[in-house]
Amino acid sequence: MGCSSTTILVAVALLAGADLQRDSFWLPPPASSTAPLVDNAFLLLLGVSAFFFALIVVLGLWFVVRYRRRAGLGPAQSPSHNTALELLWTAIPLGIVALLFYEGFVGYMELRTPPKQAYEIEVVARKWSWLFSYPNGHKDENLHVPVDRPVRLVMRSEDVIHGLFIPAMRVQMDIVPGRYTRTWFRALKPGEYNLVCSQYCGTKHFDMRALVIVHPPGEFENWLADAARAAESLSPVDRGRELYRINGCWSCHSIDGTAGTGPTFKGIYGHEVQFQDGTSAVVDENYIRESILDPQAKVVRGYQPVMNTYRGVLTDEEISALIAFIKSLQ
Amino acid sequence: MTEPSAINYLTYPRGLRSWLLTLDHKRIGVMYLASVALALVLGLIFALLMRTELIAPGRTIMGEDTYNRVFTVHGAVMIFLVVIPAIPAVLGNFCLPLMLGAKDVAFPRLNLASLYLWWIGALFFLVTLAFGGLDTGWTFYTPYSTTTNTNVLAAVTGVFILGFSSIFTALNFIVSIHTLRPPGMTWRRLPLFLWGLYATGLIQVLATPVLGVTLLLLGVERILGLGIFDSALGGDPVLFQHFFWFYAHPAVYIVILPGMGIISEVIPVFSRKPIFGYRFIAYSSVAIALIGFLVWGHHMFVAGQSVLASTIFSALTFAVAIPSAVKVFNWLATMYKGSIELAAPMVYALIFLFLFGIGGLTGLFLGTLSVNVPLHNTHFVVAHFHYVIVGGAVMAMLAGLHYWWPKMFGRMYNQTWARLSALLIFVAFNMTFFPLFIMGGRGLVRRYYDYSVFLESNPEFTFYNQLASVWGYLLVTGFVSMALCLISSLWSGRPAPDNPWGAPGLEWKSSSPPPPENPPPPAQVGDPYDFTEALLPSGT
Repeated sequence: MGCSSTTILVAVALLAGADLQRDSFWLPPPASSTAPLVDNAFLLLLGVSAFFFALIVVLGLWFVVRYRRRAGLGPAQSPSHNTALELLWTAIPLGIVALLFYEGFVGYMELRTPPKQAYEIEVVARKWSWLFSYPNGHKDENLHVPVDRPVRLVMRSEDVIHGLFIPAMRVQMDIVPGRYTRTWFRALKPGEYNLVCSQYCGTKHFDMRALVIVHPPGEFENWLADAARAAESLSPVDRGRELYRINGCWSCHSIDGTAGTGPTFKGIYGHEVQFQDGTSAVVDENYIRESILDPQAKVVRGYQPVMNTYRGVLTDEEISALIAFIKSLQ
Repeated sequence: MTEPSAINYLTYPRGLRSWLLTLDHKRIGVMYLASVALALVLGLIFALLMRTELIAPGRTIMGEDTYNRVFTVHGAVMIFLVVIPAIPAVLGNFCLPLMLGAKDVAFPRLNLASLYLWWIGALFFLVTLAFGGLDTGWTFYTPYSTTTNTNVLAAVTGVFILGFSSIFTALNFIVSIHTLRPPGMTWRRLPLFLWGLYATGLIQVLATPVLGVTLLLLGVERILGLGIFDSALGGDPVLFQHFFWFYAHPAVYIVILPGMGIISEVIPVFSRKPIFGYRFIAYSSVAIALIGFLVWGHHMFVAGQSVLASTIFSALTFAVAIPSAVKVFNWLATMYKGSIELAAPMVYALIFLFLFGIGGLTGLFLGTLSVNVPLHNTHFVVAHFHYVIVGGAVMAMLAGLHYWWPKMFGRMYNQTWARLSALLIFVAFNMTFFPLFIMGGRGLVRRYYDYSVFLESNPEFTFYNQLASVWGYLLVTGFVSMALCLISSLWSGRPAPDNPWGAPGLEWKSSSPPPPENPPPPAQVGDPYDFTEALLPSGT
């Protein structure tokens, strides 16, 4: 397989309706520096596949028509094997798959090797939300990145396996509890992109989504400084609202009265709730604190015991802020 | 031509007891056919529920937890109860001794035990459904499966038992092919369906125990809290994936190799020509079976596996693609200059070639390291394996069922009806599953209850999902029509001659349906693809 055959195959792919640089029919518009590597290999595969599929269909149908059974006419003489031919049609696919393997290998090495100077962001995945931590200590539920700068994600999970998937960046990596996994990308254009969970993780798997917000040159640093400053000078209720947001409490507990995977926070403070074991209690500061640190201790009737403990995740000061926030939701 | 002989394996001996205690491989094959068909109906009901939920974004007919149970049960039933036993336990059981000219399989009691184990395994699936359901996906990934409160224990017990059912069948086939071949049937004159079953048997015997042990460990972890796969207990979740795919990837070949064997029988018969490149097709089945053991890591390119391991697994994956590709060329070369009759089995064989072609070629996308990264866990994967398993194995199963049906039940079915059903299945299958390639490429993740998050950037997903759902209903209609055509032939079909297709194989030498006792083989068995005697017009 030489360069000329590659060219031919890419040409076939182009005829199949694809355009190497822009939005293609088959893939989302590429938004990262590594996307073209993946996309070119994809289009090469598309060309190879289109050619061989057409070959199978054309030969199959042609033989069916050309050699259809006719009265008084048996099959013509033809060999029952032909070593040279069989070797040839083994060697040709072998050459093609060797090329495909190489293309895939080169791209994969690039996808798996972050540049040394990459900006590092820590990612936490849990049922069913994301948390992104920046070097200055700021935490956010969306992934903010600067344009045109390699970003390295160091990821861990707090419960089951999740998968970080940004289709536009051609980035996907599982996040396995008990170990760190890493991936990286360099965004090419400012804008907002989908970040979703790709490894099945239960009830809200389909809804475990964040935004990738790519900031124009120079604006990322300003955003980060402002966001960190804003978090410092908040009232306990606002601080609690912020914690509610970044810790993903919202993925199970609404604040508008609708029941989710867990009870709504609206109006829960000061009200009596029934537990699964038949007992009941009035929701006060101590019950909320217990439910955050030991969620399975008293589960409200009608809900599953699926919440993880936040012991070691939230400080006492943060729990107090959350309680203040819940109190405010009357 | 006469009415089917009053005394055949279906009619004698009579009574339910004689069926339940039978040691006759033909009856066991027929009972497996009925059982697998019932499981297929169950699996299809869950498929229809899933497609109905996805016909519009947001909630349509069920909540997210129900949906998670529905796709899990669809997958588990279809894999463990339907496609793994379908060809070996139904057609393999019925045909293998007849093709060998043997009285039965080597261990008839073990054969019946295998059927009973299938029934017990199926019962555990029903228990799972009735008590708590299962929401882990058919892959049982840890630590989700160690922490979910659905009925994982009943389900893995069912799969464990089904594993032994599968092993018993395989053991029987391997020993039968080694010891029961008649004089003259050397390894190089073994019908290619039997080569396929032999290679499959090797995988079933070697890989299934790994699944059994893995699920046992999962059960131990759930019951005793022993840390094996759950990182919270000190285990390693990725270890489970290695163990699981060490079985589950070869399981794909358990499903497809006997199907390739059927295609290698059907195409020569309906082209009136010896198979092209017999030796390559025969040996490549075994080659696929063995190399198939070394590619499991291609399910884990984004699972945190090392770059080196991924690279090796990718290379081996491409290596296993070659024998499959060459088989396709050999089948086409068999048709070249033949005398081709488009009877229903041949129509299904052609459908197999086209759909398996797409399934195999899209496998190259997923085996390519860089391209796998954005396609992993998307609908592209769902479309790929449905093209391989339904488009490949199920179409081959239907080719074989239509091919051997006259022998099994002594009746000819309506050819026009059968061919129109096949056409509907072909068109509807493509319209159902091809849109999944497009959505998957554009990022639609699999096992998603709702695709609303993608609609802003891909508003066309609603249309594609509607397309897939509506044509999915038509696909099931096609399956129903195909089944009605076959079943109605039992009453209204004309009696089948002994050799309706003019096939040279040994199984066609007996009456249709065969007598309770298989006829003895001829003194000397010849080439199974010698058509010189079989060139008379069919049906006379």
